[in-house]
Amino acid sequence: MTAYTERLAAGPRARGIGSRIAASFLYTLGLPMLLLVVWGLVATRSTSRFFPGPLTIFDAFVQTWVGPAFVEDVLPSLYRLGLGITASIVVGIAAGTVIGLVQWLRELLEPLLEFFRAIPPPVLIPVVMLLLGITDTMKVVVIVSGAIWPILLNTIEGVRATDSVMKETADSFQITWWERLWFLVLPAASPRIMAGVRQGLSVALILMVISEMFASSAGLGYRIAYFQRNYLIAEMWSGILLLGLVGVFLAVVFGLVERRVLRWYHGIREVNRA
Amino acid sequence: MPDRSVLLRVEKLRKVYESATGNVEAIGDVSFTMNAGELVCIVGPSGCGKTTLLKCLAGLLRPTSGVVEMDGSPVTGPSPAMAVVFQEYGRSLYPWLTVRGNVELPLRHKKLSRAERDKLVTDALEAVGLGHAARSHPWQLSGGMQQRVAIARAVAYQPEVLIMDEPFAAVDAQTRADLEDLVRELHRSRGISVLFVTHDIDESVYLGQRVLVLSKSPTWVQEDLVVDLPPERDQITTRALPRFTELRTHVYDQIQRAKRGQAAAPQAAR
Repeated sequence: MTAYTERLAAGPRARGIGSRIAASFLYTLGLPMLLLVVWGLVATRSTSRFFPGPLTIFDAFVQTWVGPAFVEDVLPSLYRLGLGITASIVVGIAAGTVIGLVQWLRELLEPLLEFFRAIPPPVLIPVVMLLLGITDTMKVVVIVSGAIWPILLNTIEGVRATDSVMKETADSFQITWWERLWFLVLPAASPRIMAGVRQGLSVALILMVISEMFASSAGLGYRIAYFQRNYLIAEMWSGILLLGLVGVFLAVVFGLVERRVLRWYHGIREVNRA
Repeated sequence: MPDRSVLLRVEKLRKVYESATGNVEAIGDVSFTMNAGELVCIVGPSGCGKTTLLKCLAGLLRPTSGVVEMDGSPVTGPSPAMAVVFQEYGRSLYPWLTVRGNVELPLRHKKLSRAERDKLVTDALEAVGLGHAARSHPWQLSGGMQQRVAIARAVAYQPEVLIMDEPFAAVDAQTRADLEDLVRELHRSRGISVLFVTHDIDESVYLGQRVLVLSKSPTWVQEDLVVDLPPERDQITTRALPRFTELRTHVYDQIQRAKRGQAAAPQAAR
């Protein structure tokens, strides 16, 4: 009897780690694999030249992006994207903190900000192009003009909503301005800020592509548009695939940073749920 | 009490909240003094402006009129001579900092060496019995332990007076008794002056050397009562003393009178 219960107790644990890894692997990659298989099957039967099979696309992917194109097209795109995201985060948080802290400034600016946020950023591309020419700066400005809004508005809201007792605590201990900013205002706003950054990232990726499709002689967006116009269908699909991978990469990096920055926040939620 | 010098002097303190719907007089005319090294409790009926009074004393609110003096100089804003322990420990501790980080934060702008600062923090945490939890985050601790962290933070700040705003209102009865003894112990061993605001009559008599009974709002000091219980107090024996019962009954009566508004207001104020 004892042996039996022991086996029962040990059984699931012994299988636990291996099966858990296998299960998580299945959950993450199972559906994509299945879709790939379905896609391959459909593509072999289809006569449409617009939907090549996954193997053809994979082939085109290697042919197109591994080699000089990586340096000529992918890296400049990623560079502009990185610059745009960094600028959006830095400016968005800095301006959002100032606006969130100063009440009259907030009341003055809020209607205006809502207006600017409502303008779809792609329509700004011709305007920015006139002002800055077809340059890297123009593309970065376009990215920032769209990606900054969720970060800015979330930061304002997060800073404004700093808990009153926490503020009184800082007052009563005469915490200095910088300490207050660094140890109270920004951490308190960080869940909102991170939510804004998450939205900003996807907007930035979209605008990177669009700005390059409009006016560029290199870059991912330019290449995809070029392939499309020249009926290089498999190459076009491989570009879209690459864009998706860039998006996944951004999400993974963001996830790692978020877990680090908001460890306390997730910790509290876990405690409250228990 | 070897030192009988006046630490805190409050004179004719008045606070009126102004709003569009009309002015509300929260504090009418509060005057009292507190000596260095004293443990004074303030009790009053609920809604009598205890928290308002305390914020005025701590320099967090500007009184409409009247004077608060600390060591002879007027209090116009938060002062390094005072540390406040708030009732809402969950909102007063910063969840993104560790216990140690929370206690250390107010010391950062004091001109202390790293070693001195570390020593103050460690010492304060040990004084409240949380030496082992320094690396935890506040939300990993129970409510009573969190309030201990807030007390440690105030103690490490080395104030002359510790101002406590209903600090134990949100913890369970057993934890509360432990925390009361902790406050008495800190007061006795470190000679910190404590101003303890509470709505709990038994707590005020058990803790205080003096109890100030407040009237209902607009507030004035209805009675300034000396608690003539022995300085060595104990949750069981002290609370069983006949004198304890007399005092608590007396304070209870005063509070009932305060609620009904029967006590006569000081003539000077009217």
